[in-house]
Amino acid sequence: MLRRLYHDQPESFAFTPENQKWAEAQITKYPAGRAQSAVIPLLWRAQEQEGWLSRPAIEYVADMLGMAHIRAFEVASFYFMFQLTPTGSIAHVQICGTLSCMICGAEDLIKVCQDQIAEKPFTVSEDGAFTWEEVECLGACSNAPMVQIGKDYYEDLTAERFAEILAELRAGKVPVPGPQNGRFSSEPLSGLTSLKEFDSGKTKYNASAQLAVDLGETVKRIDGTEVPILTPWMKGKDASTVAAPAGAKVAEPAPVAKPAHAQAAEAKAANPKAEAAAEVDEAEPEVLTAARAEGADDLKKISGVGPKLEQTLNELGFYHFDQIAKWTDAEIQWVDNRLKFKGRITRDDWIGQAAELAKKD
Amino acid sequence: MLKDQDRIFTNLYGMHERTLAGAKARGHWDGTAGIIQKGRDWIVDQMKASGLRGRGGAGFPTGLKWSFMPKESDGRPAYLVINADESEPGTCKDREIMRHDPHTLIEGALIASFAMNANAAYIYIRGEYIREREALQVAIDEAYDAGLLGKNAAGSGWDFDLYLHHGAGAYICGEETALIESLEGKKGMPRMKPPFPAGAGLYGCPTTVNNVESIAVVPTILRRGPEWFAGFGRPNNAGTKLFAISGHVNNPCVVEEAMSISFEELIEKHCGGIRGGWDNLLAVIPGGSSVPCVRGENMRDAIMDFDYLRNDLGSGLGTAAVIVMDKQTDIIKAIWRLAKFYKHESCGQCTPCREGTGWMMRVMDRLVKGEAEIEEIDMLWDVTKQVEGHTICALGDAAAWPIQGLIRNFRDEIEDRIKAQKTGRRSAIAAE
Repeated sequence: MLRRLYHDQPESFAFTPENQKWAEAQITKYPAGRAQSAVIPLLWRAQEQEGWLSRPAIEYVADMLGMAHIRAFEVASFYFMFQLTPTGSIAHVQICGTLSCMICGAEDLIKVCQDQIAEKPFTVSEDGAFTWEEVECLGACSNAPMVQIGKDYYEDLTAERFAEILAELRAGKVPVPGPQNGRFSSEPLSGLTSLKEFDSGKTKYNASAQLAVDLGETVKRIDGTEVPILTPWMKGKDASTVAAPAGAKVAEPAPVAKPAHAQAAEAKAANPKAEAAAEVDEAEPEVLTAARAEGADDLKKISGVGPKLEQTLNELGFYHFDQIAKWTDAEIQWVDNRLKFKGRITRDDWIGQAAELAKKD
Repeated sequence: MLKDQDRIFTNLYGMHERTLAGAKARGHWDGTAGIIQKGRDWIVDQMKASGLRGRGGAGFPTGLKWSFMPKESDGRPAYLVINADESEPGTCKDREIMRHDPHTLIEGALIASFAMNANAAYIYIRGEYIREREALQVAIDEAYDAGLLGKNAAGSGWDFDLYLHHGAGAYICGEETALIESLEGKKGMPRMKPPFPAGAGLYGCPTTVNNVESIAVVPTILRRGPEWFAGFGRPNNAGTKLFAISGHVNNPCVVEEAMSISFEELIEKHCGGIRGGWDNLLAVIPGGSSVPCVRGENMRDAIMDFDYLRNDLGSGLGTAAVIVMDKQTDIIKAIWRLAKFYKHESCGQCTPCREGTGWMMRVMDRLVKGEAEIEEIDMLWDVTKQVEGHTICALGDAAAWPIQGLIRNFRDEIEDRIKAQKTGRRSAIAAE
């Protein structure tokens, strides 16, 4: 299946401070020099924070782990849980459509989605609240048919109950996940046929539904404050024996304890050019109030500049390649500070690209 | 029927205390240090004697697999990787272990890691199991707090760290070498074997990959003795097993039963019978989507174990994920859905699988509608044979077998549909 990056990308990405701490803690699970192992969990957290996975987010995670950007893109496009297009503001609904669910009525659930969300998968509903897709087996086959909404499984569904759940979510409520037909978990509906000799009913819900009720973040954007960040494996261990984020100094204490602002320093360390640029004081370059008579150049031809960025550059007063080609280090810093795109201009070599393009004109 | 005292997963449905204290009250973490002090060879020998065969689908003897790990380290660390990427359609058993009885798995991980000289183990759980991951992590944190993991784990003198890692929705990562690639932060594309993981696996180090259920039953086997475990099931098919029954039974469920139970007993005792009665049974897929389907009339007396299902019915036990289909099911469409699944999940590395799965799905598409020629059935059979055995991993085989099973068992149904469609077309033309 062809999976591409979305055409309209946000300008930047950063983890929330808590998510940053969480991400750094994850990296300590792997041996020294193996930080790349954490790429899937980190990309996933980025998606949980934003709702979908943007290009800046993928690059941010790649930089953090010392990976080439393309290696992280490969991972993001290979694994189907990564949503490369924006999803609904409330939730992305995933209907299991594989055999057990299909023969138990998944096709009716898909019809509900087509009626209430959008005709086609991955399309945002008119009110912006939902997107949906049919996914392959979610591994709750004895509770078929089922859907995953946000973090949770809603199992043993009927089309009517599923429509109700969507309506409740639209109204800002979060129905209790788990089986919807009165079952506790995956025992026979008519009553226990085994394990009867142990008494029952210690908790109200099964483990999954209980967590959902306790934490209450089924469809929330995750910012890292939901649960404490624990790293019990770090007890009595030397931080240098485990993987550290790319560019982090070995002398620093355990990455977990690192303050959030260290993140910016790391990003810089991973990219020496950007760091050099950051040390230069800014100076305002020459700007125009409108394009010259022959009309504005197509700044999107510069790799790294999309429609959004082009608009911003125009607003700042840049319309032509030769303007960009002339920027000095201090002027680059001025623009960089206004684009809030730390180091992108030098990293993508806009100056060189613009000079080439200006020549062609 | 298996007695409750003989069940390993005594909190399968999560109705009892799910904490460490609850697990201890049910007999887990009892004398773990004592088991470890008996030594590596003793543990491996006991596992071999128990006759446990891997629960992830292939049924390879677990004790034997462990004995492939190097006895002495050459300086490289060894790893245990636990495969919790439960994605085989129909399979939902490991989910129940991880969220409701997680301490069986954690204790098993410690003992198994010690037996293969590993100081660290990774559990690779599928990305969609978010709550299961959280529940398992809570249990791991608890075990660390109680000194059961970490330095001198459970007072055994063995240092052991257990890490939980997750994937992001790729069926192929259930294949052991693809799982290792994914754990290293790459695309989940299977590696060529040899070298086998026991020689060079995770980070190039000796690695054993085991299914969740295979590891979770270890502590109980060692506590109660291999003879006890081997006492269930026919020879070469020992033990108890989690069965996950889905589809057209009155009460679908996950249940632990003795191996070699008859299909009829399993369904009658636990699932309340077939929907619409036994005469309404059309077909059964007895071991997850990768094994061929079996006609209903051959299934009633079937013995649910590795050898019977393979040798007598030409199918397999796989992960013991039993998918039941009654006579209201369109069996051709059912197998088409599996063909679609494999097309979606092929990693794209080997040409026969990447192209073949799409090709097979498109032919199945036309067979569902009946818009095909009779000869195309044989053509489809040929294609499955060209995919099978010509790929790095077994996904190609797994994509071919359900279709082969369909053609072997329901050829008449496919032919009838093609003929009906032809007649319909002809009469439509005649009517014009």
